[in-house]
Amino acid sequence: MVTSVTSFSRTGLSDWLIQRVTSLVLLAYFIVIAYQLLGSVDYTSWRLLFNQTWMKVFTLMAALSLAAHSWIGLWSVFTDYLTERMLGPKGNAIRLLCQLSASLALVGYVIWVIVIIWS
Amino acid sequence: MQPSPSAATATTLRFNVRPTSRDTRPVNLDLGTINLPVTAYASITHRVTGVLMFFSSFLMLWALDQSLASEASFNAVAAVLSSPLVKVVSWGIASVLTYHALAGIKHLIMDAGIGETMRGGVLGARIVFLLAAAAAALWGVLIW
Repeated sequence: MVTSVTSFSRTGLSDWLIQRVTSLVLLAYFIVIAYQLLGSVDYTSWRLLFNQTWMKVFTLMAALSLAAHSWIGLWSVFTDYLTERMLGPKGNAIRLLCQLSASLALVGYVIWVIVIIWS
Repeated sequence: MQPSPSAATATTLRFNVRPTSRDTRPVNLDLGTINLPVTAYASITHRVTGVLMFFSSFLMLWALDQSLASEASFNAVAAVLSSPLVKVVSWGIASVLTYHALAGIKHLIMDAGIGETMRGGVLGARIVFLLAAAAAALWGVLIW
């Protein structure tokens, strides 16, 4: 059963590091967003915030971090539970299908964010 | 030459039970029959909340898209977010995100070598659950 072929960076050590670095980017981003939403936000201030270059770059960084972080996290979950031992002979096929669907969705998320902030 | 019965059994066990291991002992991982420590529940919850956020990211991206498209769609999203059912969903996403973040911070603290013992792990898991419950209550107050 070869599982490393669908991992994010092909090695556990760099997956481990990427998972932690991306977690810090996402934590910082969600704190900024929560701070904005808890203040009195209207369309003008919200639009002005996302018109600024630093916010566009920060949002893209968060989207890339979300994709990498989710890929690594879901890979860990899939390779633990969607296996031949847990699901029988079809386990590997089911896992690869889920991995493929999740990966495509994550690439879609990143493209969607790019369209949102640069259109 | 046919393998001896014991070798065949070992091969079968290796393939069916632990495909990547030379270890041929059977495993019992029936989670329903194992009494799990609080650290295990913290870990499972971290995984479940992670998977939930993979799906809720779609809703959050939709809200971001609509909120930035035009003033009319911004107001439409604001109206959707103030409906009773969507308030429950928003509260759920915020609470799930907060739990995942707190459990992640606990991971980073443990990576730094703090609280790596069983006692430290149990204490850390309890603190995460307590803080997450407090945060969920706080989100409730802020949303309603």
